[in-house]
Amino acid sequence: MATQEKQPFHWHGAIEKNITLLGVLSLLVVLVGGIVEIAPLFWIDNTIEKVKGVRPYTPLEQAGRDIYVREGCYLCHSQMIRPFRDETERYGHYSLAAESMYDHPFQWGSERTGPDLARVGGKYSDAWHVQHLTAPRSVVPESIMPNYAFLAKNELKKPDIAAEVKALSITGVPYTKDDIAKAKDDLINQANPDADNTDLLKRYPKAQARDFDGNPKKLTEMDALIAYLQVLGTFVDTESAAAQEALAKEKGR
Amino acid sequence: MSAPENEHAKEHGGPRVDEPTGTATMGHEWDGIEELNTPLPTWWLYTFYACIVFAIGYCVVYPAIPGIKEGSHGTFGWTSRGQLASEMDAAKAARAPVLAALDATPIEDLPKNPELLAKAVAGGKAAFKVNCVPCHGSGAAGSIGYPNLNDDDWLWGGTLTDIQTTLEHGIRQPGDDATRTSMMPSFGRDGILKPADVQDVVSYVRQISGQEPGNASAQRGAALFAANCVACHGADGKGNRMFGAPNLTDKVWLYGGSRTAITETVTNAHAGVMPAWGNRLSPATIKMLAAYVHSLGGGEAFAAPAAPAAETAASTGQ
Repeated sequence: MATQEKQPFHWHGAIEKNITLLGVLSLLVVLVGGIVEIAPLFWIDNTIEKVKGVRPYTPLEQAGRDIYVREGCYLCHSQMIRPFRDETERYGHYSLAAESMYDHPFQWGSERTGPDLARVGGKYSDAWHVQHLTAPRSVVPESIMPNYAFLAKNELKKPDIAAEVKALSITGVPYTKDDIAKAKDDLINQANPDADNTDLLKRYPKAQARDFDGNPKKLTEMDALIAYLQVLGTFVDTESAAAQEALAKEKGR
Repeated sequence: MSAPENEHAKEHGGPRVDEPTGTATMGHEWDGIEELNTPLPTWWLYTFYACIVFAIGYCVVYPAIPGIKEGSHGTFGWTSRGQLASEMDAAKAARAPVLAALDATPIEDLPKNPELLAKAVAGGKAAFKVNCVPCHGSGAAGSIGYPNLNDDDWLWGGTLTDIQTTLEHGIRQPGDDATRTSMMPSFGRDGILKPADVQDVVSYVRQISGQEPGNASAQRGAALFAANCVACHGADGKGNRMFGAPNLTDKVWLYGGSRTAITETVTNAHAGVMPAWGNRLSPATIKMLAAYVHSLGGGEAFAAPAAPAAETAASTGQ
């Protein structure tokens, strides 16, 4: 084989014969993908735009969001209206990154078996939501959504909502000390039509305080979930002149 | 490849040619294992090179390269949002003449312009599918708790303007100052009527709706009805649109007309909510929806007073 060893060896022979070099260079190649595709999302303006109106969820809405995650709603429902004509005409203005900035984790989803829920807030009445969650086919005959009747029976159990709100504030959700201190009262009062919620509504603009599930005597998981659904996509006034102008000027995506 | 050729290759220092396949080897060998030199087809290779060139061009003309503050814009200046905006503008321009005509026409005058009315009904049908179907059903036939829009039994009025108002402000919509609202008392739950009294009232309601013959219970119920219910439902039980109080003498039931269903209604009351669409849909869309719902069969003419006789006249009128 002496003759063959004299053959001019291809330049990558050195890499193929050195496992450490191969490993280091492979890592570098993979890193390029990460640096180019992921890292810029943390600093370029497009992805960290600030939008007027976005606020943290009230404790009740946050509790509803926890139920949304627990029941795996995101497996069939997305919360991400893409900038396509068919989607914006059906669901409303396309979603903005900032609208899910206080979601940990965000619920964009990818499976679109059910309709997109990014702007479902205010689209249906509370009673419709109760009926639809209890027995989806009683209002939408062709629906394949499971029944969630038990939500109306389950008492909302949140032994330490203040801790949850505090944990969120550590991740960067701007809850005030006041919000954290009052979290437990807020949780109960938002669904109580007899409670005085002026302070809550001041701290959480556009929040809705009322009995959501049609049973004012009991705070149920249904109350929380509907409170959450009814605010989805309502924070930002996408039709405002300023918002439209800012979006029109955008470049680079 | 023949043996002499193989020899030839060796003499010239080229790689060995594998005899069974006639293919040259790559020239290296590990533990006796050699690799045949079978390069990619030329067409494939050049397609690959072309793709690389295309990708470079793509990165130049479209936004692709991230920077410090923002990504590159690309020489085309393309944005997904911009593309959407131009598509929407094109669609808007196509609709503009009809929408402008709709904006300029007060809804009362719509029936005088059959061509515009037909367009409004068509547009309303599409908007109905998007916004109204979840409650009222794809055929607008409603279901328990959600009114059937095909019949001429209206809770809050069935003229074009009535329907427009309902669409704009909803029914019992929290937060809308102009919403129509009323609240039936929970006669049973709040103890205004005892359970036996509730059953008597139910008997009476089932009598005037022609579902049960009159009996002693219904007679007792008549007195209770006169004392508790006539303020909204009227002395004859034919309802009052001021309060969205349904006509109790017909066969149309929003929450069911069985004894169980009426007992439930008298005991706990219902207060159905229709969302306000005034701040979600444009005025022209609301006009189109009103025209569509009005066209479904039960739309009432304007002159019609809110009396039972008018309902028959209106259903033939439209």
